[in-house]
Amino acid sequence: MRMVAALACGIIFGFGLAISGMMNPAKVIGFLDVAGDWDPTLAFVMGGALLVTIPAYRVILKRRRPVLASGLSLPAEEKLDVPLIWGSALFGVGWGLVGFCPGPAVAATVTALPPVLGFVAAMIAGMALHAWLSGEHTGRKSSSPDAGVAAPDPR
Amino acid sequence: MGSFTPVSGLMGGLLIGLAVTLMMLLNGRIAGISSIVSGLLTPKSGDTGWRAAFVVGLLLGALAFILAVGGPTQVDVLASPPAILIGGLLLVGFGTRMGSGCTSGHGLCGIARFSRRSIVATAVFFEVAMLTVFLARHVF
Repeated sequence: MRMVAALACGIIFGFGLAISGMMNPAKVIGFLDVAGDWDPTLAFVMGGALLVTIPAYRVILKRRRPVLASGLSLPAEEKLDVPLIWGSALFGVGWGLVGFCPGPAVAATVTALPPVLGFVAAMIAGMALHAWLSGEHTGRKSSSPDAGVAAPDPR
Repeated sequence: MGSFTPVSGLMGGLLIGLAVTLMMLLNGRIAGISSIVSGLLTPKSGDTGWRAAFVVGLLLGALAFILAVGGPTQVDVLASPPAILIGGLLLVGFGTRMGSGCTSGHGLCGIARFSRRSIVATAVFFEVAMLTVFLARHVF
């Protein structure tokens, strides 16, 4: 059931991304280019999503457990650290250079455009490089208790 | 560019918000694309199926929209040199793992949790991206 739920969530997410126009890097760059011909669409996408998630999370995070799993898997780390800041800054440079963040990049592979496929391969290589450098390939515990991979933390 | 599309943007955003909400309500998971995808690179037993299912869904959803509108959706790749674009995507992959999240994990899920780390991360990547675009387009 959890796989069916994940599949359904992925479908809704992908459809929403496509409608929003954010699969097009030019739209994203149009938002980031505040000194140019500014296109505020991205703010409406983020705003629309947060309009749903902020109130909904208030209710869900109070529940003891999700519907299909034994506990909520939330990141355990709470303090600000150097990897968080540097990693986000490096991501920001890449995002500004290309206009693709991970969700739209992965979703845009359905267009089968050769440059997009190359981009996603490069992005995955970047992720693999980080995993390799941080020793995840040996099964050693990663130093980044990450969004989504932390142990279930029922609360 | 400059083609402001608030209605489709808002509709897409509401759907993305619904997907993120259902993921937490049903599976208790954060719908952060960078962590879902990278988790597939270092598979752990019992933790791979839902990730693969989500990614397949993401592709099916985007494909469904393309089929619904009856043609390829617009994807305008920037006219920058390929080395810059490939380098940029390497930074996106590496940076989102080092920083533990991307636009979805930090920007949507983390902010909705009122996580201090995610609020700071989101502010950093938005500001650095805006600065990068400014330098790339208006300075160099």
